[in-house]
Amino acid sequence: MGLTTTTHGDVTVLRVDGQLTVGNRQELKATVQAGLDAGGRKFLLDCSATGYIDSSGLGALVTIAKRVREAGGQIRLCGLNDDLRSLFELTKLDTLFAIFPGADEALQGY
Amino acid sequence: MITDPRALRLERLPGQPGAGPEEALVLHFPSDVGYADSAVDLLARHCYPDADPGRQALFRLRVALAEAVANAIQCGNGADPSKFVHVQAELFHDRIRLAVTDEGPGFDPTAVPDPRDPDLLESPCGRGLFIIRHLAEHVEFNEKGNTIWMTLLRW
Repeated sequence: MGLTTTTHGDVTVLRVDGQLTVGNRQELKATVQAGLDAGGRKFLLDCSATGYIDSSGLGALVTIAKRVREAGGQIRLCGLNDDLRSLFELTKLDTLFAIFPGADEALQGY
Repeated sequence: MITDPRALRLERLPGQPGAGPEEALVLHFPSDVGYADSAVDLLARHCYPDADPGRQALFRLRVALAEAVANAIQCGNGADPSKFVHVQAELFHDRIRLAVTDEGPGFDPTAVPDPRDPDLLESPCGRGLFIIRHLAEHVEFNEKGNTIWMTLLRW
């Protein structure tokens, strides 16, 4: 996984290139935690370059969302391909996350 | 991250005449999550040596294999690096039959709860087998519960 972090105003944008799996989920969790520790409260996970996410990756996202929420923040997702979108719908995780088609839509009014 | 690439050992077995597989691949690696992505990449490449199967077929293979491998490393072998994960892939013209075996005591797959249960929705784990059952055409276990067999459409 390649993880790129940028900021748009007060939103921390995390772009995941490749896959989010049991092998690299800790890197994403640590990056979001560092963002929270630095005072960030708005996060956007851009999955437009993410090929696949396994259940460990999904579990990491659930943990991250919980931590962000408990810190009074929000997390949004965008750029899910059809396969990833169906995975979220299958596991009903689409009910836990605000999911947007692209980064522009996700950043609008955030 | 791979700690020792030499520990990933892929063997090719010849095909069988008649209704048997065209080819079989066998891969062994230690129970370390650092090997998981590389093992999935290696097998996915060898399952489609000459053709691009398209995004959906590759997604099915990669995710189902990643789930089974993660379960084998973490649940089956308890992330004990002295124990190995064994993967066998039988390649048929229209399907791939994958077996993932760990060296643990096995488990009862019928006792795994539905991760969509509202009480479990925010759980960080427990979705792997559910996802495998959705992606694969057929799933079965050996009696001990330490080998999962998954049949996936190849294309």
